[in-house]
Amino acid sequence: MRSFLEWLGQTPWSIALLESFWVWPLVESTHVLALGLFAGTAWMMDLRLLGLSFRVVPVSEFRNRMLPWTRGGFAVMAVTGFLLLYSNPVRYYHNIFFRVKVILLVVAAVNVWWFHARTYRRVAEWDRDPRPPQAVRVAGAVSLLVWALVVVSGRFIAYNWFDCDIQPQPDFVNWASGCVLQAE
Amino acid sequence: MLLPLFEWFEATALGTAVRQSLWAFPAIEAVHLLGLCLLGGSVLIVDLRLLGVGLRRSAIAEIAARARPWLMGGIAIMLLTGIPLFLSEAIKCYYNTSFWVKMSTLPFALGFTFGVKGRMAADRTLETSARSRVLGVLSIVLWFTVAAAGRWIGFS
Repeated sequence: MRSFLEWLGQTPWSIALLESFWVWPLVESTHVLALGLFAGTAWMMDLRLLGLSFRVVPVSEFRNRMLPWTRGGFAVMAVTGFLLLYSNPVRYYHNIFFRVKVILLVVAAVNVWWFHARTYRRVAEWDRDPRPPQAVRVAGAVSLLVWALVVVSGRFIAYNWFDCDIQPQPDFVNWASGCVLQAE
Repeated sequence: MLLPLFEWFEATALGTAVRQSLWAFPAIEAVHLLGLCLLGGSVLIVDLRLLGVGLRRSAIAEIAARARPWLMGGIAIMLLTGIPLFLSEAIKCYYNTSFWVKMSTLPFALGFTFGVKGRMAADRTLETSARSRVLGVLSIVLWFTVAAAGRWIGFS
């Protein structure tokens, strides 16, 4: 993995992207602004699932009419996110906040899959409930919270406090970041 | 002319405290970003409806009314976190073009949202129309400018 990322970081496009004066900030800005579309519309849906808002709108209408926008936002997040990762793969790979974010993304993905593959199948039974059943509310709460944590951990990737080249660090940090330390 | 004022901002107790702390700026910045998500979502859900591409089966006034508390919450979070962030680096902001673009667009975005758009979207007879589409597009353009210029403060 590490050698693959080292190779990836040495490719001309990766170096050009990291060093570019305009492109990197533009990609980063697109990544941030797409949050308003992706996390914003996802949260609005979560509020509906929790029965906290838009209670007169059927859940199925929310899903059918808003989910394409959430998905579009996610596509932008994913493309720009992979570009940012590509610009400096080794650094991000060893960044503790990046690692936390990846774990949280897996949790969020499982929640999305569980909701759409399982819970949502019986939507006809609770489509118009102002306050949907508990399983639905749990899915909404998990989504709201986990995506918030993804945003926060993502923002903190920018800080190098726990990076491998900043030593000494507690053993736990070096372990969690996968740092390979030179023996003195 | 405004520079002494910005120097005073930077010297405020709050600005100094945020600047001197290792964690405060990043932590407040992260909450600012969560506020962006809430604000973005509550603005866009109405704008998409105005454009006729969102929750079309519900009345515009209905969606606008339901989104409003979250919009207010989003704006409150943005202001409460944005002010300490600004105070901590007021002099940098003074020389920052993006900051001035953001601050000169923000009153228009707020005024438009609570004035023109707020009033028209509250009208129960408003349907998807050329008028509603203009509202939606203007809202998206104004808030996009505020957000993009805001992000660019950190790059310039």
